[in-house]
Amino acid sequence: MTEKHIQLRQDSLQKETTTLNLGPTHPVTHGVFQNILEMDGERVVGATSTVGYIHRAFEKLAERRPFYQITPLTDRMNYCSSPINNIGWHLTIEKLLGLRVPKRVDYMRVIIMELARISDHLICNSVVGVDSGAYSGFLYLMQYRELIYEIYEEICGSRLTTNIGRIGGFERNFNDKVFSKLDKFLAEYPGVLAEFERLFNRNRIFMERTIGAGPISAERALNYSFTGPNLRAAGVDYDVRVSQPYSSYEEFDLKIPVGKTGDCYDRFLVRNQEMWESMSLIRQALQKMEKEPADIFHADAPAYYLAPKQDVYTKMEALIYHFKIIMGEIDAPVGEVYQAVEGANGELGFYLISDGGRTPYRLHFRRPCFIYYQAYPELVHNALLSDAVICLSSLNLIAGELDA
Amino acid sequence: MQALTDRAVPVDRRPLNFWEKMYLPGIFRGMAITLKHIFRKKATINYPEEKRAFSPVFRGLQILNRDEEGRERCTACGLCAVACPAEAITMEAAERKPGEEHLYREEKYAAKYEINMLRCIFCGFCEEACPKDAIYLTETFAPSSFEREHFIYGKEDLLIPLPGEETKNPQA
Repeated sequence: MTEKHIQLRQDSLQKETTTLNLGPTHPVTHGVFQNILEMDGERVVGATSTVGYIHRAFEKLAERRPFYQITPLTDRMNYCSSPINNIGWHLTIEKLLGLRVPKRVDYMRVIIMELARISDHLICNSVVGVDSGAYSGFLYLMQYRELIYEIYEEICGSRLTTNIGRIGGFERNFNDKVFSKLDKFLAEYPGVLAEFERLFNRNRIFMERTIGAGPISAERALNYSFTGPNLRAAGVDYDVRVSQPYSSYEEFDLKIPVGKTGDCYDRFLVRNQEMWESMSLIRQALQKMEKEPADIFHADAPAYYLAPKQDVYTKMEALIYHFKIIMGEIDAPVGEVYQAVEGANGELGFYLISDGGRTPYRLHFRRPCFIYYQAYPELVHNALLSDAVICLSSLNLIAGELDA
Repeated sequence: MQALTDRAVPVDRRPLNFWEKMYLPGIFRGMAITLKHIFRKKATINYPEEKRAFSPVFRGLQILNRDEEGRERCTACGLCAVACPAEAITMEAAERKPGEEHLYREEKYAAKYEINMLRCIFCGFCEEACPKDAIYLTETFAPSSFEREHFIYGKEDLLIPLPGEETKNPQA
């Protein structure tokens, strides 16, 4: 407490600071999480963050589910980019089973994951705009998320909770509509994103609002074990796609945008730049796909990947495997695996212990949001209330991922 | 911090120059973009009157299928119930009696078949699991009702009606 305040008794009604509940159902928290802020006027002097409002015990639920049924659970973690969660889980199982997938599946996965990254960054950045008072950028970008969702819809049949892909590949091949929609997206989105950047990047109002809001040094960020765009904004060029490549990412030409100070403006710029990188990755993947045989969309693993329905009706082997897979009678080896993917928010890890049974013995999701939220009180200390709001949205905290 | 890779590209964070420091250019540029958007085509559609086309594989509410002779395909094997991650499906099997061959395709059928649509997460695993082509996900979505009980769909809501039979609307 500074000297200029009148000293009051601790139990006095006119306390020096005001307690303010930011959340759990506040419009700016974009999800259900609570922050109990101690306010001294407009300044935040202390913050206590509470977790658990949307806790659904996914890790415990997963202990009673066959491996393939855990995919819909992962949908509901970071629901802005659920395909990355789905594919991350499939990669984990494939690592446990020692299953090799064809190159074309890898490239298809890269396309889907990068689309998901774009849709996640698009929401995060436009919401930073909304919270700083610029609504129009959000409107213009949101129309293009629709194009991404239509691509998901063609492949898996759903838009938000995608449940995309299966262990060993995809449920169906990309059809011509998918490719034409991808081409449409790749043709139209750069113009829209460039317009969005013209609106925000060099706008003095936006810059003054975000520069210096919620900064974190590289050292503190590492101590909190930040990953993803939030760590890169602090200046560390760590990216799972480069350091531990999965799904053939090592073949791609990928640049890592890094910031300096780790404030909201840096995070915004890093995310924008990553959307450009993702588009270039999709183009590279489409080029690489052309060289692969066009009818391969899953691994040849009849014990783990469902046979086509026609074979199930007519062939004995296929029918047996069909029943075995659906009933979860999968021969998983005993072992421990950790598979990390570069989620839209950071390193999304799946730590799986299998005791050889039909279900995981123990499963832990490393959810980047949960880690960022621990740093939130430090980030907003001594900031203005309005900065605290921007900081919340620019960390891209997503309640589903925070609590699992 | 030492660099971990040689791929890092710093973002453009140069300070504002004199021209940009005057608020006006930024404001006018923003206004120009917004004005341009006024004359663009509308991105929305008027939902209940107009509907967008879904992809053929869209995952909406389930139906139970009949075969080409109008008999129920489901044999109450229970694979869909096993595959359901939300445990939304329950069923009771019964044996076909002589004289019911025109109603049920196989010797065993589902006497009771219920899907709790409030539990269903529309993942599509039931359709994938069905070895008899009996359950399908349709393009119908967003059912509404004032009563929770109405969301437990029984066989009369799920079975596709026979030709000539009146469509029962579960939402009514």
